[in-house]
Amino acid sequence: MLFLVPALITGLGLGSMYGLLALGFHVTYAVSNTVNFAQGSTMMLGAVLTFTFGFTFGWPMALAIVVALLGCAAWGVFVERIAVRPFVARGSDSWLMATVALGIILDNVVLFTFGKDPRGMPPSVLTSDAISIAGVRIQFLQILIPVIGLAIAAALHFVSTRTKYGKALLAVVQNAEAARLMGINVNVAIMAAFAVSGLFAGIAGILIAPLFTISSSMGTLFGIKAFAVAILGGISSAWGVVIAGLIYGVAEALVTATIGSTYTQIVTFSLVIVILALRPNGLFGRAAAKKV
Amino acid sequence: MNFFRDRSYARWPRWSAVAASLLFASTSFAADPIKIGQVAALSGASAQSGEAMTRGLQIAIDEINAKGGLLGGRKLELIQRDDESNPPKGLIAARELIFKEKVAAFFGGLDTPVSLAIVPVVNKEKVPFIGIWAAGTAITHNGAKPNYVFRVSAVDALVDVRLLKHAQKLGAKKAGLILINNPWGESNEKGLKAAAEKDKSITIVGVEKFENNDVDLVPQLTRLKQAGADALILVGNAAPGAQVMKSRDRMGWKVPVISHWGISGGRFPELAGPSAGDAQFVQTYSFFGDQSATGKRVIAELQKKYPQIKGPSDIFSPVGTANAYDAMHLLALAIQKAGSTDGEKIRQALENLGTYEGLIKTYKQPFTADNHDALGPDDYVMVHFAGNEIHPVK
Repeated sequence: MLFLVPALITGLGLGSMYGLLALGFHVTYAVSNTVNFAQGSTMMLGAVLTFTFGFTFGWPMALAIVVALLGCAAWGVFVERIAVRPFVARGSDSWLMATVALGIILDNVVLFTFGKDPRGMPPSVLTSDAISIAGVRIQFLQILIPVIGLAIAAALHFVSTRTKYGKALLAVVQNAEAARLMGINVNVAIMAAFAVSGLFAGIAGILIAPLFTISSSMGTLFGIKAFAVAILGGISSAWGVVIAGLIYGVAEALVTATIGSTYTQIVTFSLVIVILALRPNGLFGRAAAKKV
Repeated sequence: MNFFRDRSYARWPRWSAVAASLLFASTSFAADPIKIGQVAALSGASAQSGEAMTRGLQIAIDEINAKGGLLGGRKLELIQRDDESNPPKGLIAARELIFKEKVAAFFGGLDTPVSLAIVPVVNKEKVPFIGIWAAGTAITHNGAKPNYVFRVSAVDALVDVRLLKHAQKLGAKKAGLILINNPWGESNEKGLKAAAEKDKSITIVGVEKFENNDVDLVPQLTRLKQAGADALILVGNAAPGAQVMKSRDRMGWKVPVISHWGISGGRFPELAGPSAGDAQFVQTYSFFGDQSATGKRVIAELQKKYPQIKGPSDIFSPVGTANAYDAMHLLALAIQKAGSTDGEKIRQALENLGTYEGLIKTYKQPFTADNHDALGPDDYVMVHFAGNEIHPVK
């Protein structure tokens, strides 16, 4: 079974990516019951901005990463203002389509500014050096990705349960009107949630960039899988979506490594349907009590 | 419409053009240029391939015109149409060249689907169509009789033969296939299996597919490794091909990689990183290494006409330029032999050409009634990336 270890590590790495993006769905859903469906595009933005600042413009890497992440957070806020708030204010569900549309617009803007040619990050210590455990090579980045994913989930859990900001955010979703009366600025809370959501997607984009090729379409499939993961984990649970991400990633890798790549999507998405049939609120989600 | 703006015409007094237009269209006038068409991706992601082919055609046309043209002094004129890598647009472009421009023959581009869309109309209208890049087997093997489609480029089915041969040269007995999950990958899966069937000394131990947007192919490669593969045969374009190389690198698996030419486009060395040079892939020609007299002449001509070319490393998409150059000369020989620009006569002449000392090789009857592919597996060269340059494998 040792030959499956590299596939397992691959699965954990990709699973953490799905988990990070799914956390982005979770934060905004927890606060406002809305999501930016185009999380994949935001992830792409993180990778594209980092590459452009760090390699095309030649900025120091740390600065490039910080500015790229700020850009992703700002994009999250922009999506909320343009594609979510106007529709929610009128009681419409059209934000769903509007966020998808904004994502497609972003993809295309990047296509003609960044170019059609996919680009690649130069090798760095993260990808060129590896440690060997029992004959299995593991690159530093492959360890870093799950560690960052789990650390963010832990931080999110801490902030939302232990700090007054987190509690304020949760109060908003339980009853926006009451929260407003308690002196919580509901609009700011929702904007903050979208900024954090954009930030998570940006982090995912930067982490995946050295392993992948950078292009305007790199986030599309990730966004779709991350949404499946968010639903699978139970979108209301931070830990749930991260663990669901890992389960999905590992399942994907192991199915490919054992049965073969032809069957990967068939098996994994069937798994999603079976799990949701058994647990309609996801693996770790709780049914929301609707008060009439 | 650019009748009077055309440089080859500017030298002629205006009245001669007017006089020519008064004659019947079918009457051949000594000064009439022979129109040669080209349908290729001249814009969009594959625009570079189109430019490379244009260069090869133009160099050959300049050489022919400098020697006084064909059919008693008629100059060749290149008429270009952009297909934007889109089959319907390619078909419209082909119809324009046939019906409006009345070209004697025309050349195709990079994309197999575009060429396949053009095949029926040229066989119906009896206009020779010469592929100079797209490798899809069915382009020339299209079932038409007589067949007006020719090719001076690689052919998938024959590339597959060569890839397995090269794997054996590197000591492999068990090939693992790692293929893009699309019709191109499928056609090569068929070709590779057929080639292995004939060549009993190598077997295919596994077939794995990947998508254009797959990040990590360690699971697929793990299966091939478990199956005992001692060489990987890769079919895919630069970006997903790079993911194969990076995943192989991550596994620390030092298996030889033998690839179709998909990885030669794009920025493969940048995308694949340090192991890019490990992939040995097929080309029809390399401007690096020892050059024949023709090779030296073509490089000199390219440098003269396109000053941005300083040396062989600036000749991007080299197969496009090389195939185009030889194909244009073969077509010129056929037109001369046919003594006419009539499509049917050119087809017959192409099928009965003698010897031509070309850039890629010396052609001895390059086409016959049954074989419309001028190049075979022994004409391909195996190359790899050395930095950003494509060098022949020693």
